[in-house]
Amino acid sequence: MTPSAYTPAPERRFNAGERVRVKTANPPGHRRTPAYVRGKQGEIERVCGRFPNPEELAYGFDGEPRRVLYRVRFMQKDVWPTYDSPSEDCIEMEIYEHWLEPA
Amino acid sequence: MSHAHSDDHAKDEGPPAEHEILSRAIQELLEEKGVLTAEQVRKRMELFEAEFPQRGSRVIAHAWANPAFRKRLLADGKAACAEWGLDLEADRLIAVENTPRIHNVIVCTLCSCYPRALLGMPPTWYKSENYRRRVVREPRAVLREFGTVIPEDVSIRVHDSNADMRYVVLPMRPQGTEGWDEEQLASIITRDTLVGVALPRV
Repeated sequence: MTPSAYTPAPERRFNAGERVRVKTANPPGHRRTPAYVRGKQGEIERVCGRFPNPEELAYGFDGEPRRVLYRVRFMQKDVWPTYDSPSEDCIEMEIYEHWLEPA
Repeated sequence: MSHAHSDDHAKDEGPPAEHEILSRAIQELLEEKGVLTAEQVRKRMELFEAEFPQRGSRVIAHAWANPAFRKRLLADGKAACAEWGLDLEADRLIAVENTPRIHNVIVCTLCSCYPRALLGMPPTWYKSENYRRRVVREPRAVLREFGTVIPEDVSIRVHDSNADMRYVVLPMRPQGTEGWDEEQLASIITRDTLVGVALPRV
């Protein structure tokens, strides 16, 4: 049986409810941080656990050291300035710790 | 949005595409080396097409009928499924709950991540650039094109399954299903209701 969704991540930088900003960066290579949220602010929705780094796995490395993965909630109006719908609409996605900074 | 259906007849004509030749060659090499057999590949495809697509409806019907299971499913989707006898293999599952105030919809903008061990293979529209590009920035318009109108006082939560988690929507159980058994409930829980582009109807 493969491990459950919630692998422990005792040593981490952020906790649920904290405000974060996705780094503004455009490094080459395989990245799982969608371009449309780079530079945007959101809130940690939950801590998913530690996972092998996909930016390393993509090139045949072992993905170590593992990285803490968070789910971040962004309000749609913060992501798309012209978003034309109720203010509570949001979008959530998974962002690795090294892509986040405190906001 | 055009809901393109794949035209298998048209695809069968003419020479095989480059990716078909490549995957065929890889499979033949792996067979030669004794890593896998053609029978294993066939069985796996059968699971994806026949067995896996039914799992999602059954799990959600069980959650509708059993409040304790529902709670466990929302807390840790993979563990709840495992305890119920369903091994989701590599998929780590997050179930997201629709409420009278929140509607959830799932996408993968980077590729086509999808809870395959629970829903089988993703439909063509889920993989289309049109859906992936637009549902993150105008979800209400995209849902309307699926015939699903979400009232303005209900917030839409889009989930971009961009990394290691897989998602399934836990829709609201409609009125008029009181006293239904899990098999009856599963019959109205379609794939599209579990991705969030439709709502279960009695």
